[in-house]
Amino acid sequence: MNVLVWVGVVLIGGAGSVVRFLVDGTVSSAAGRDFPFGTLAVNVSGAVILGLLTGLALGSTQALLAGTAAVGSYTTFSTWMLETQRLTEERQHRKAILNVAASLVLGVAAAALGRLIGAHL
Amino acid sequence: MPEPAASRTALPAAGLTADGRTAGALPPPGRARVVLPRADRRQIAAIFAGGALGTLLRAALAEEFPHSATAWPWPTFGVNIVAAFLLGYFTTRLQERLPLSSYRRPLLGTGLCGGLSTFSTMQVEIGKMLSAHAWGLAAGYAAASIAAGYAAIHLATAVVRRVRVRR
Repeated sequence: MNVLVWVGVVLIGGAGSVVRFLVDGTVSSAAGRDFPFGTLAVNVSGAVILGLLTGLALGSTQALLAGTAAVGSYTTFSTWMLETQRLTEERQHRKAILNVAASLVLGVAAAALGRLIGAHL
Repeated sequence: MPEPAASRTALPAAGLTADGRTAGALPPPGRARVVLPRADRRQIAAIFAGGALGTLLRAALAEEFPHSATAWPWPTFGVNIVAAFLLGYFTTRLQERLPLSSYRRPLLGTGLCGGLSTFSTMQVEIGKMLSAHAWGLAAGYAAASIAAGYAAIHLATAVVRRVRVRR
């Protein structure tokens, strides 16, 4: 794998993280901050896109750049867990459980939907 | 619902106001519902730099340790749990221990930990396990990721809160 591809991974990864920040902030300011809708929106939308890319069966370099680097950096596991843990610390157990369940169910469904669409393109 | 509870949930970096205070620290004057998060160039540059490094580490591990659809996805699992621990550590330390900084949280939290961890890859991996009828593996992977990720945040938070640091 040549150096240029890894330079691409670095630049795309940085950009994906910035896009996540902007989408999260936009959704959070529109939907309110009582529930982590921003992270949910980022993660579910990212799951659809990565599912779609998986369905397209890209070559290994394309999969690395578009999938692992771009969509991988756009979505986040760590913030999802942090927000869940902070909700339970505030004794908002229902919201915490809902945050875990909704992300997981919607995420798996979104990835499956994306793969289905990608396989038919 | 009590206001402090609600405001402390404002943990994404977007919760930082332009002057570096957390949105929940005080009732911010004129907490406007802006369309785009207020972010300065330094903040964006910090997120970019952290995200670039985190993504490089995650991508290198994924390329180095490929696995079949029905094998335990160690690279994804590993980076996610490590990133969760680091995010718990950085967030708690930056919010509760260190003087507020406008770029550390974006660099280390939103950038590095966000870029290092991934949700979408995990979901696609679970989907592939389900397609291969590896139900137990799919359920085990999802449950273990959530349990270990949650425990990592909890542990990192507890570690920071127990250690007294000089301000």
